[in-house]
Amino acid sequence: MSTTLKRVHGFLAEFDSVQDLYHAAEHVRDAGYQRWDVHTPFPIHGMDHAMGVKRSKLPYFVFFGGMTGTCVAFTLQTLTQTTFWSDIGFGFLQTLAETYPTVVQAKPTHIWTLPAFFPVMFELTILFSAFTVLFGLLSMIGLPRLNHPLFVSKRFAKFSDDGFFVCIEARDPKFSQEGTKSFLEKLGGKNIELVEDDI
Amino acid sequence: MEATATTHSTEAHTGPARILDREPLVLNNRSYSWITNRICGIVENKQPMLWWVLFVPSVLLTLLTVFCFTYLISTGVGVWGQKQPVAWAWDITNFVFWIGIGHAGTLISAILFLTRQKWRTSVNRAAEAMTIFAVMCAGLFPAFHVGRVWMVWFLAPIPNANAVWQNFKSPLLWDVFAVSTYFTVSAVFWFLGLVPDLATLRDRCKPGLRKTLYGIFSLGWRGANRHWSHYETAYMLLAALSTPLVLSVHSVVSFDFATSIVPGWHTTIFPPYFVAGAIFGGFAMVLTLMIPVSKIYGLGDLITPKHIDNMAKIILLTGTIVGYAYCMEFFIAYYGANKYELQTFQLRGLYGPSTWAYYFMFGFNVFAPQLFWYRPFRHNLWVVMFVCMCVNAGMWFERYVIIATTLERHLTPGSWRVYEATWVDKYTFLGTFGLFMMLFLLFLRFLPVIAIGEVKGVLPQSNPHASDHDEKGIQEEDLMNYSDRHVAKTVA
Repeated sequence: MSTTLKRVHGFLAEFDSVQDLYHAAEHVRDAGYQRWDVHTPFPIHGMDHAMGVKRSKLPYFVFFGGMTGTCVAFTLQTLTQTTFWSDIGFGFLQTLAETYPTVVQAKPTHIWTLPAFFPVMFELTILFSAFTVLFGLLSMIGLPRLNHPLFVSKRFAKFSDDGFFVCIEARDPKFSQEGTKSFLEKLGGKNIELVEDDI
Repeated sequence: MEATATTHSTEAHTGPARILDREPLVLNNRSYSWITNRICGIVENKQPMLWWVLFVPSVLLTLLTVFCFTYLISTGVGVWGQKQPVAWAWDITNFVFWIGIGHAGTLISAILFLTRQKWRTSVNRAAEAMTIFAVMCAGLFPAFHVGRVWMVWFLAPIPNANAVWQNFKSPLLWDVFAVSTYFTVSAVFWFLGLVPDLATLRDRCKPGLRKTLYGIFSLGWRGANRHWSHYETAYMLLAALSTPLVLSVHSVVSFDFATSIVPGWHTTIFPPYFVAGAIFGGFAMVLTLMIPVSKIYGLGDLITPKHIDNMAKIILLTGTIVGYAYCMEFFIAYYGANKYELQTFQLRGLYGPSTWAYYFMFGFNVFAPQLFWYRPFRHNLWVVMFVCMCVNAGMWFERYVIIATTLERHLTPGSWRVYEATWVDKYTFLGTFGLFMMLFLLFLRFLPVIAIGEVKGVLPQSNPHASDHDEKGIQEEDLMNYSDRHVAKTVA
């Protein structure tokens, strides 16, 4: 439902090529804007540098996600197949999980049977890491979301085909309706559009 | 290759390509929107008649598998041909065969990504889809092999009423973890790669059900660089996780055999041999699928002779590794002086009742790929398809040879028995090809078969510094070659 109330999201400017966009991004970065982004159909090599974006912190989260997987696998297997937890005084855990270790083919139940548990530990490390990658990524980039003010712009749909856009948001402290527009014009931006969002 | 060189050259470049020139990854200097239109067009336009010609039989074959499994459940596993001593036969053969098919997809998407092989972009999407569908087919067989398929949840490590947990020291349970992890991680990898392309499809749709569905699955993607930055890191991490995973999965599958004491299975060469074989068989399947797809949908500019050439070379390499493994198994059987082991191999390859399978295996897997030493054969699609078909069949025979022919001759001669497959075995396996094809055709119908965003990223005009060279007087087509060596020469 559309209302008459609108909120300015920002200015959207289109550029012709990767090269133009890259140089424009360098200028926007140097002008000191904070709340802005470029929208491209594919990741552009070196754009992080041109925009002054720092390296993603995702790998750190994934490391801990993976370690969690290793520990889960270790606990699961030692709890159900060895006497390890009783030996170190945590026998209640084994009672809690109602375990009855399967002793087959003379495989031992002490902790030194650990190598037999490596494959599952490895697999769960990978599994937990992969889930951390997926959910870590989504939470870091704030997706999924069903709508975004930029989708109001008809022209913006080109970003997923061959459009190269710069969007400077109104939330930016340096944003001004006149100043930002002329700045984008000076950079060579085309079809500069004030994107407004229904409230 | 000569044809490639002439298609992208202008007057500045005539004659055959110089040997060190890099061939362009996309032919005919295509634009971004050409790529978008061509790939999205497959999904948006009506499917060619051939699609239906393939789809209908695939569905029928899938129903055949459904029927066979229904018959199996209602009657009992005795409808399969296995009895003692051959307790593992077609079912486990088919399982290992289908799992192996999947490996090329992960190799292309993960290992080639980490090694910066940009040519992967044109084939990775379809190969990953193939991985997922192949693993789905694979999973059916062990699930039904357990006998009472409704008890298959006992494989999951959750407490049950008997307080008896899974035996985590068993390679069979390692398999459960390896295969389910492999499937899950491959699906995550595939989905993450699809997100930007689903956004492309979303942005091209008219409002309606399709747009809503593509909209939901593209998660609201808007191509922001701050997103791409995390996204690329995530993609790289998944590739780095999948690389050891893909090597581990088939190693673990081989542990099912290698950790046993059965002569002919108890072999340390199994993990690398299985992995090489899986990549080998998987690449053959990628080519089997991608060559027709490329021809039917006119994707020749994206899936170029260079792509096919590279994959043929990988088939040649892995086929030769597999051949080495076959010979080495025989040698160790002789050199190890274990008479049971030696006898198993003599029966497999020299005078047993199933030596025909061994000859098929050896001929299809070792000799057929040797054609690829000769460049014109790698560029003749009929030859490539022929070799791939040989490899597809040969890799099935390899698993059959390892599994069934080993078990036929037990340690006690009294229990020797030659295995014969029943019609249920045969039709179930045949039907899984239908399932695989059906899923792949539906994938062609609804999802972009080539990673649109990734292909755009390897175009020469996607290099943000391409125009920086203009002032130095370098021609555009020099940049097409990506070759620093070449550029330097022109400057001089």
